[in-house]
Amino acid sequence: MARKKRSIPEINAGSMADIAFLLLIFFLVTTTIETDTGIPVKLPTMEIKKDVEVNERNILEVLVNSNNQLLVEGNPMAVEELKQKTKDFVTNFGRDPKMSDSAKVAIVSIKSDRGTKYDVYIKIWNELSAAYNELWDAEARKKFGNNYADLLPADKKKITEMYPRIVSEAEPETYGGKE
Amino acid sequence: MAKFRKGEGRETPGMNTASLPDIVFMLLFFFMVITTMKNDNLKVRAITPSASEVEKLELKTFVHTIYVGPPIEPIKYGTTPRIQLNDEIAQVSDIARFIVQEREDAREGTQDVLVTSLKADKDKVKMGIIIDIKQELRKMGQLNLNYSAKKGKKLAE
Repeated sequence: MARKKRSIPEINAGSMADIAFLLLIFFLVTTTIETDTGIPVKLPTMEIKKDVEVNERNILEVLVNSNNQLLVEGNPMAVEELKQKTKDFVTNFGRDPKMSDSAKVAIVSIKSDRGTKYDVYIKIWNELSAAYNELWDAEARKKFGNNYADLLPADKKKITEMYPRIVSEAEPETYGGKE
Repeated sequence: MAKFRKGEGRETPGMNTASLPDIVFMLLFFFMVITTMKNDNLKVRAITPSASEVEKLELKTFVHTIYVGPPIEPIKYGTTPRIQLNDEIAQVSDIARFIVQEREDAREGTQDVLVTSLKADKDKVKMGIIIDIKQELRKMGQLNLNYSAKKGKKLAE
């Protein structure tokens, strides 16, 4: 009797699609493609350095009270104006006698009250970061023709040395008595 | 001529499912690599503020998080903002132990790259507790801090 050659049956891969969808749905539900973003900050060490005498004109003093109001160099100011004020302060180069001598020694000092809202504090940090980022961007475009973010690390260093971001935070007090 | 038989191939052939396992494994590897299973059970409400100058947090393996906010179960923990380290609500004084633990868990030589991500609720958290947290971190020498914030619009021009 002539025997028909039987082909070896292939694995039935029809249910692989179900497995694929199950795994997909499992991962979609249980995991997150968490892109964590934030403002990076380097905290100062605990040692209190009192060696350098800083000229008062080189410090931009930003005070915040528990009512979330800003006092910049003795004048009340809205958070929105802080960025421009910081830029003017850093790029003063000695013109206005009340503002900084040179960008390399310009220090911004933040003093917050224990009752200040965290949101306001972040806004202040954001405006300061924005001011410096804009200065760095403008300088990067002038010197290297590229945005600051697209530069090589060595070039970035040159620009941050021209406009160093020095922000000092004073030990806080409780002004309004409110916590 | 005997090789070609009449009638063969009249039905439309079924879908070739041979490549489905490949797709399965590709998806699996993709998700294993890209996503993080680390879903800390949030015991405090921590809706982070938005800021325009945010940068991406690199290298999630070197990041540990401190959550600050009003507890979700006020009956158990009260209504004033508390901090949460990993999974448990804790006191500010527990931060020192937490940092030591994270340093032990980290790989050799990466202690200086460790970043603390601070996720605090934007409305309910006042600076008092944040300042205490920062003092504790400074005492431990953990100076790399990242104020967690969502990408937002610039405030003014």
